[in-house]
Amino acid sequence: MMRSLKSLALAAGLLAGFGAAPVWAAGDHSAPKLPEVNFPFEGMFGHYDYGALQRGFGVYKQVCSNCHGLRLLSYRDLRQVGFSAAQVAAVASTVQVQDGPNDDGQMYERAGRASDRFKSPFANEKAARAANNGALPPDLSVISKAREGGASYIYALLTGYVDPPAGVTLMPGMNYNTYYPGHQIGMAAPLTSDGQVEYADRTKPTVDQMARDVASFLAWAAEPEMEERKSMGVKILIFLAVLGGLAYSVKRKIWAHVH
Amino acid sequence: MADTVAQVAPASGETRRDFLNLVTASFVGVGVGAIAWPFIASMNPAKDVLALSTTDVDIGPIANGSAITVMWQGKPIFVRNRTTKEIEEARSAPLADMRDPQTDQSRVKAGKDNWLVVVGICTHLGCVPLGQKPTDPRGEYGGWFCPCHGSHYDTSGRIRKGPAPLDLAIPPYAFTNDKQIKIG
Amino acid sequence: MASGLHKSDIANPVLNWIDQRLPVFTMMQKEYGTFPTPRNFNYFWNFGALAMINLLIMIATGIFLSMHYTANTALAFDSVERIMRDVNFGWLLRYVHANGASMFFIVVYIHIWRGLYYGSYKKPRELLWMLGVTIFLLMMATAFMGYVLPWGQMSFWGATVITNLFSAFPIVGEYIVTWLWGGFSVDNATLNRFFSLHYLLPFVIFGVVFLHVAALHITGSNNPLGIEPKGPQDTLPFHPYYTAKDSVGMVVYFAVFAALVFFFPNMLGHPDNYIPANPLVTPAHIVPEWYFLPFYAILRAVPDKLGGVLLMFGSIAVLFVLPWLDTSPVRSMRFRPVARIFLFTWLASFFVLLYCGGKPAEEPYVTLSRVAAAYYFLYFLVILPLLGRLERPLPLPESIARPVLRGGGPLPAGAFAKPMEKA
Repeated sequence: MMRSLKSLALAAGLLAGFGAAPVWAAGDHSAPKLPEVNFPFEGMFGHYDYGALQRGFGVYKQVCSNCHGLRLLSYRDLRQVGFSAAQVAAVASTVQVQDGPNDDGQMYERAGRASDRFKSPFANEKAARAANNGALPPDLSVISKAREGGASYIYALLTGYVDPPAGVTLMPGMNYNTYYPGHQIGMAAPLTSDGQVEYADRTKPTVDQMARDVASFLAWAAEPEMEERKSMGVKILIFLAVLGGLAYSVKRKIWAHVH
Repeated sequence: MADTVAQVAPASGETRRDFLNLVTASFVGVGVGAIAWPFIASMNPAKDVLALSTTDVDIGPIANGSAITVMWQGKPIFVRNRTTKEIEEARSAPLADMRDPQTDQSRVKAGKDNWLVVVGICTHLGCVPLGQKPTDPRGEYGGWFCPCHGSHYDTSGRIRKGPAPLDLAIPPYAFTNDKQIKIG
Repeated sequence: MASGLHKSDIANPVLNWIDQRLPVFTMMQKEYGTFPTPRNFNYFWNFGALAMINLLIMIATGIFLSMHYTANTALAFDSVERIMRDVNFGWLLRYVHANGASMFFIVVYIHIWRGLYYGSYKKPRELLWMLGVTIFLLMMATAFMGYVLPWGQMSFWGATVITNLFSAFPIVGEYIVTWLWGGFSVDNATLNRFFSLHYLLPFVIFGVVFLHVAALHITGSNNPLGIEPKGPQDTLPFHPYYTAKDSVGMVVYFAVFAALVFFFPNMLGHPDNYIPANPLVTPAHIVPEWYFLPFYAILRAVPDKLGGVLLMFGSIAVLFVLPWLDTSPVRSMRFRPVARIFLFTWLASFFVLLYCGGKPAEEPYVTLSRVAAAYYFLYFLVILPLLGRLERPLPLPESIARPVLRGGGPLPAGAFAKPMEKA
């Protein structure tokens, strides 16, 4: 009895320690607490709100894509968000993509296709920095996985622009943000007024709504497989629970006369 | 679970144990299959490979009686602007003589009968047949000749002589206008 | 028997034909069928088999991942993202492989804990233990190189920090580092060779695992009582008893693995590794993966660079010689009530080191690391050798089949702790 209690305590200790691992690994000891956003895609049974994803793409395209690329996605991936083949082709054809060489050996520009990758706003890192006071607007393909706090952090960042508190002097070209580590961020608030982006559905494009939607879209952009992954996980855990019960019964039967 | 076992299997302890073993073994079998599938599927063409890239081909410069070769999905595509004589030869050939009978009309687009678009890969073992260049041999039927094992294709790209089992494949294509086709 | 053919007892005629020429089936029957295994194993004995399964999963997922991965600094990060997005079930292969590394270390740490608690490293299993420590070292090298392959910020900077350690060695240090890098910094040459070696080492591990299991089958397994089986009344054939019991453990293992892969796939990783490697920008806090944190803490505990490197390697070296450091004639901590307390304190120090390893190198974590590291070495180098002679262990049971002494009265002769019993 004592022994099994001890083993249990050990196992519990291990699991508790193990569960605290992200806290250990992060090492971030002064980050302000993120607001609770309660995205529908969080949790074991999370699923994407496709309306939010489509609106979020609109925000990305009209606001963010001027500086931030999405180069790990292809235009055809937007089909998953619920856009039709025609809509995707229309989005793709708004950009000019380099192709070639043609039969004269020249590179040329052509309209984008669904199979093309998203076109980045700048040709390379140096061009991006030159256009942004030396700051590099990061590509947003996996941004929600590349930041502690994920989509909640993105939402908080976009809605976290405030005037610098007393005693804080902003460096030239910087903006004060509550949630950005160090609080001084090169990006000016990108979402400043309600109605900045026109929404195709009847949702009101308030700053809060736009921030929420683009954070949802970016969460999807980083993890398009999320729904399939979670649903597979649920099925597998149920399967293993049943198999575990069966395996344990078989074990008990085999060991019955030994104990 | 216990109730079902008692109803389905006879009361003897041995058969109940066998049933339990059988159910457990089946679950394990399902599990093993479920584990194997993603590995096998991962070797199938990935989504970016499947997203067919289309090739636009400018056919304006191809004179009547000439042909060009373009690449599509890594394969050579023969685009030939056929002469009236070549079309007639294709249409008058008896279908009964053919290993893979197909009418010439079914292999071209209506109203664009002079344009033949075929995948330039011999259906025997995959060599690229000769016949695109004016100096190339065209075989006994005026189309293409595969030097690897001697397959002869006619002016509709159909196999007429030699070991190839099928006619040259027709890729999916469409005329975007009179001067351009989009393959794929 | 003609021409040296093996005399096979296998029933099936086809298998019998093979067995006569290459007795693999006889061997399987002997080593995994009828093999006499102590009857009193607890679930701690499951973890060796789980480690083997984990190794096979890592090799399988690794091979299929390498069908799509490109080991070039310009393409590596993107090739991994392509696997996640475009390759069928690529995200599954990747998450199983990444979380499988964590599972591998969890399983192996528990497996090692079993060895420490039950004295499985003691005579005659010293070589078995040392082969195990070798496997652990190879695992660490493999995992370190594997983490570099996605070419994220942590991949690059972790590789830079750890390879730079070798410059601590006097005279030859700089040359060693340049040789490791294949250049003047961690770059394409380094990435390529890490991919090659990362693919190779698991098969070396497989070979050492074979030796490890072979050595085990010579001495036979230890058991929770730490006393040798005296006859068939103390053992059970491995099949079906332990095949059945190991299957239960396997299902639990898969459930934990699945929970990670499908619901928390990035919990044990670091977000900075989703930022492409940038040699000009150092992340705020460079941390290795969680399973290296205790050793990272030991490294940083020493203010001197070379001292830190030596102590870090020393923390594994001390494990190698453990069989000779522990002088107690009693194997299992069940019968060593005093030593047990010190061992659990050692476990606590391991967790403290793990925790501190993930924190920035500031107070109070620096002092905590130093205390915990000091105890880590004190336990092996001072406490165990002394306790072996000074401690009065509990009386050992007669045998495995009769673990509980009967009734009151004087204890049967020889019931006290004796020098190691022979098998």
